[in-house]
Amino acid sequence: MKRSLLVLVSAFIMLTCQEERTINFNEDIRPIFNEKCIGCHGGVKQAGGFGLVFRENALRETDNGKFAIVPGKPGQSEIIARVRHENEELRMPFEGPALSEEEIHLLETWIEEGAEWEEHWAYLAPTKPEIPVIEGGQPDNSIDAFVMAALLPYDLVPAPRAPKRELLRRVSFDLTGLPAPEFLAEVFLSGDLAYEVLIDSLLAQPSYGEHQAAKWLELARYADSRGYERDRPREIWRYRDWVIKAFNDDLPYDDFVTHQLAGDLLPDPTEDQLVATGFHRNTLSNGEGGTENEEFRVASVIDRVNTTWEVFQGTTMGCVQCHAHPYDPIRYEEFYTSYALFNNTVDHDHVSEAPRLRTLYAADEVKYKRLEDWVTEHAEEEARTQVQSWRQLIKVREPRLRPDLFENVEGGVFTARADEDIMFLRPGNSFALPPRDLSEVAALHVNLRPLGSGTLEVRLASPTGQLLITHAFERGRQEDIRLPLVIPGGERVLSIVTRGDGNGKILAIDAIGYEPKLPGAEQPGAEDIKTFIGDLLAAKDSVNTLIMVETTDESRRKSYLFERGNWMVHGPEVTGGVPKLLDGEADTPIENRLDFARWLTNPDQPLTSRVAVNRTWGQLFGIGLVATTEDIGSQGSKPKNQQLLDYLATEYSGPLGWSKKRLLRQIVLSNTYQQSSRATPQLLAKDPHNELLARGPRKRLTAEEIRDQALAVSGLLTEKCYGPSVMPPQPDGLWGTITHSRNEWVNSTGEDRYRRALYTHLRRSAIHPVMSTFDASNRELCLSRRTITNTPLQALMTLNDPAYLEVAERLADEVSNLPNVPARIDGLYELLLRRPAEPLEQQVLVQLYDDAYATHQDAHTALTVVANALLNIDELLTIS
Amino acid sequence: MNPLLNEFRHREAQYNSRRHFLRQGALGLGGIALGGLMGCGTDAGAQVAKTKEEKIMATALSYAPRAKRVIYLHMAGAPSQLELFDYKPALQKLDGQPCPPSLLAGKRFAFIQGTPMMLGSQATFQQHGQSGAWVSNLLPNFSEVADEVAFLKAVHTEEFNHAPAQLLMQTGSPRPGRPSFGSWVTYGLGSENENLPGFIVLVSGGRDPSGGKKLWGSGFLPSIHQGIQCRTAGDPILYLSDPEGMSRDLRGKSIAAINEINKRQYDEVGNPETLTRIKQYEMAFKMQMSVPEVMDIEKEPDYIHEMYGTTPGKSTFANNCLMARRLAESGVRFIQLYDWGWDNHGSSRSTSLEEGLPAQCKGIDQAMAALIKDLKQRGMLEDTLVVWGGEFGRTPMRENRGGVEMPFLGRDHHGEAFTMWMAGGGVKPGVVYGETDEIGYAGVRDRAHVHDVQATVLGLLGFDHEKFTYPFQGRNFRLTDVTGTAIKDIMV
Repeated sequence: MKRSLLVLVSAFIMLTCQEERTINFNEDIRPIFNEKCIGCHGGVKQAGGFGLVFRENALRETDNGKFAIVPGKPGQSEIIARVRHENEELRMPFEGPALSEEEIHLLETWIEEGAEWEEHWAYLAPTKPEIPVIEGGQPDNSIDAFVMAALLPYDLVPAPRAPKRELLRRVSFDLTGLPAPEFLAEVFLSGDLAYEVLIDSLLAQPSYGEHQAAKWLELARYADSRGYERDRPREIWRYRDWVIKAFNDDLPYDDFVTHQLAGDLLPDPTEDQLVATGFHRNTLSNGEGGTENEEFRVASVIDRVNTTWEVFQGTTMGCVQCHAHPYDPIRYEEFYTSYALFNNTVDHDHVSEAPRLRTLYAADEVKYKRLEDWVTEHAEEEARTQVQSWRQLIKVREPRLRPDLFENVEGGVFTARADEDIMFLRPGNSFALPPRDLSEVAALHVNLRPLGSGTLEVRLASPTGQLLITHAFERGRQEDIRLPLVIPGGERVLSIVTRGDGNGKILAIDAIGYEPKLPGAEQPGAEDIKTFIGDLLAAKDSVNTLIMVETTDESRRKSYLFERGNWMVHGPEVTGGVPKLLDGEADTPIENRLDFARWLTNPDQPLTSRVAVNRTWGQLFGIGLVATTEDIGSQGSKPKNQQLLDYLATEYSGPLGWSKKRLLRQIVLSNTYQQSSRATPQLLAKDPHNELLARGPRKRLTAEEIRDQALAVSGLLTEKCYGPSVMPPQPDGLWGTITHSRNEWVNSTGEDRYRRALYTHLRRSAIHPVMSTFDASNRELCLSRRTITNTPLQALMTLNDPAYLEVAERLADEVSNLPNVPARIDGLYELLLRRPAEPLEQQVLVQLYDDAYATHQDAHTALTVVANALLNIDELLTIS
Repeated sequence: MNPLLNEFRHREAQYNSRRHFLRQGALGLGGIALGGLMGCGTDAGAQVAKTKEEKIMATALSYAPRAKRVIYLHMAGAPSQLELFDYKPALQKLDGQPCPPSLLAGKRFAFIQGTPMMLGSQATFQQHGQSGAWVSNLLPNFSEVADEVAFLKAVHTEEFNHAPAQLLMQTGSPRPGRPSFGSWVTYGLGSENENLPGFIVLVSGGRDPSGGKKLWGSGFLPSIHQGIQCRTAGDPILYLSDPEGMSRDLRGKSIAAINEINKRQYDEVGNPETLTRIKQYEMAFKMQMSVPEVMDIEKEPDYIHEMYGTTPGKSTFANNCLMARRLAESGVRFIQLYDWGWDNHGSSRSTSLEEGLPAQCKGIDQAMAALIKDLKQRGMLEDTLVVWGGEFGRTPMRENRGGVEMPFLGRDHHGEAFTMWMAGGGVKPGVVYGETDEIGYAGVRDRAHVHDVQATVLGLLGFDHEKFTYPFQGRNFRLTDVTGTAIKDIMV
């Protein structure tokens, strides 16, 4: 609508005023190209040798020797001839309706004026727009000024403020995912608490962080299992807890991004920063027998690239894996410059899911602390670096050499497949470790699995060289052992040899690491510390969380372009970088994930802030300012109010200091947010999706909110935060049929049965039915936007799921002491919606109560039937 | 007609638009293409302003549809073509000889190591029917209907692990995230019965296929198009049964009460989504009756039970075949059967070619033959497409896991050539398309990639697979990804 108006206006100016006017490429020309031309003349399909994604392609000689666009000369430009052509076969757009006369004029004028190109709006850094002046009273909140200015051309005015009760429900769900807690609700509704104070109180609730985390975890494709066939459990819930804490602590978004993408590369990272890197360890891993680990490692890296671009840049990179972007100016090679940034982490689809951060039991943590203190005290070099490397050694068990780096393998078998990704050895087999200066090495750490009995020998130089140490083993579980060594200095080769009887596999070795000499090793007390090292290495972990660790120089991988996206066909080698389109004036090279994260969170970066703000807006209003939150590139929806988007984006990265709480606060305090969501048929017809914002938002509750609300209103919800995922009851047999898996769903008891949905164990191949039924993702890939559906299966769930029946019974209990049936029905309404029943509702539900009573002759049962019905009403399933 | 529904229709026509159209609730939501024409979801009317999706669909339905519905029998684990359909006397002669290096160089196998031995077929073959199709002695009943089917003898895939290969077969991509075959089809065509889901999945063999439930997930299509797994134990559909003590009558009254309150809400607020919800509750109530009814095979006459070899109450492939016919009769669009247990590595007795495979064949032979005969005698075969196949084939070499001879005979995963067949729904009966080399290692003529098979099935349903797309993340996605050609030679 707006665009055709613009077109008309500009055409009018052209035709009548004959004034010099520069066409705006993004406003006037790009929409024509994108809608009418780019399907055939894009970045991949360039029919006739003509593509419109890059200016240089568009100005190039085409296949038939003509030039489609000759700057300054519309008469010589084939594009004009073809859009005007009288022969239907030759007239463009091919097989489509002809361009309008206005559109053709625009093209002509644009070419006349030099056919200047301009990047898509989203790829240009946002500048803070002027706040529109609103006649009749400037609103306090600038958001309202932008919205009101945009309503003017449509003859629309903002809706009145929503009733307090609705607003309370709306803002409470939007900020905390729950109905407002009793203590806030009462004072707010009675007028004793200002809206602004309500907001601050809600933002301070621990439930705030849980709710924001629930949304983030879907982007992060967080799950408690690994995916694919066996879909075995995965321990990464500390990442989930990190996200909750980050939101509750209001960790600024630039740090929030940096810690997740590159926490491990920060100087002197904290354990929390390591846990944050779990973001990209949420990729699938494949444990199916016979799968090649490298294939699925590569798949994970590709997913990390795609997810990074979708989550932080609202840009779809998937296409570029195989060829240039069909619509956006991103080149084929540029996918692989991102790939190179993510291609050097240690994880490799190994069954151990290494590397992982160990959380030790309390007594061991004490020992570990003493080791750290000792190193700090005795280290000669920069102590922090030394403490870091000891922590890596003990708590992450990195760096380690893996079988692909073992040399001179004699008889050992290594297949790099699924759960057989380990070096199998028979008696007499041997291999060597790459030559290395061993003068600073005190011991080897060996991760091994004895399959029989025998001894392992470490020898110098060759399998027959000087014996340094032997280790006897008997069939048992996989473990880490420490082999102290006394080795003469200089570069040496160590040879590992197995001895034993028979010809069967007796030992499997997964990884070997070097322990450096302890600083102050000769000081009194050092012996205790050395004992601790061995203890800590063998200690059982309380939690073992997947994290990212960068490879060391010796195991660094090269990155190549994959021909047509096929990981087995290598093209030229590539190094890290970012697409030229977005590079701007970047003067520092982008070589690793940390450089990348810093580039990403630079306030001048055109996309980061816009994408974050747009997603936040979408969460509150049900639809983003750019509706396609996952894609704000040239095929994404055009923002209805780009000025507002840019205003919020510049505020977020500027004055608001990347604070999500402050951003949310500013939005929910606006009149725009507080409008009533009622819509007249006229308004619905004019603006069905509320893109103009002349009314308040209306949304169906999410899967998580539906469960949490039921538990909250019935008083069943437990407030326990954090910790391992829990298993509230689900129908029998959902897990039993998963192939090659013996894992079982064991119903949680006690308070763990009634926790918020984000703590429910999430197994990718069988997510809890409440999640799948109400449109949640199964977390195999990043999902930016759930498609909300409305199905009979949802009705069946909230009608018949025993969990909802339990809630209904509890609700019936809560009101059973009220004097009569109408009072109890009012009581239920108060619990659920903080209002008494309307007369019609009373009438309908008293009738239902009577019918149920007639069947069951029991007041409590009859009341439970009524509560069960109430849990299904539209008003309770939506936020208005 | 219920006045509420009339109003619903009226409002729908008024307010429908792209997003709302997608959220349009009905289970069998009128397919984007045929929405106004059939069954459930007729409300999603034809009057609706043309959305991007609809414009796409308008061009995607390019052919006269020959098939109205699909019954897809997926043998999870990948059956051996060399023991069932691909007769290779030359391989028999090479039995026990070391595999030539040319067959191993540059190839990836799941378990074979070093130099395996060639392994001749463990079954005997005979030609059957007028078409002279080769079928082994392991499928005696099926050989009687060989004239009804078209064999694809040189199907190939690049995936050689179960989960990715099954995903490729059922979603067009080896990585998770894409909509499944059935989801695409119900998205395009909707359901013919408003009281049943449009896409139903039945599983036998005691296990889900390796690819798991994502094999019938809806990916980025609205979740109403996901396959609904009907179970033989517990509720056939989750939460279908009313709670204990809730009579049908009382449930009816409670849903009526909910809908009355929701109607009041709609009158006050005017949100069209509320009307959709009212409709969904009515449908849920009807489904509670219709699903158990259609799933109840006990009512079938004895001769039908004898024909299929069914035992009511068990979750067998035979029961599922009979259920598939009943669901097809009731207008379910896409019925997917998975039978687990075809991974004949020979690493145990039950996975061996000499004992495991014959037992597995016995479990399907009679029932799948009966399904074809039964559909035919009911006049349904002409518009019901039956598809049979695994996710890949098996090696002409004997598996030697760990580089040693194994106690039983088995074959490793093999993607270069395997056999599938189709029947009914516009498929030419009694033809063989494609041919493998003399040991059945690779296709030498008329090879068919997985995407070609998918293009063919879509073609039989009336779709041009290249135009049948869904815009997501800035790109038009399709079931056949970026390749695939419909195999005209097997289409009538």
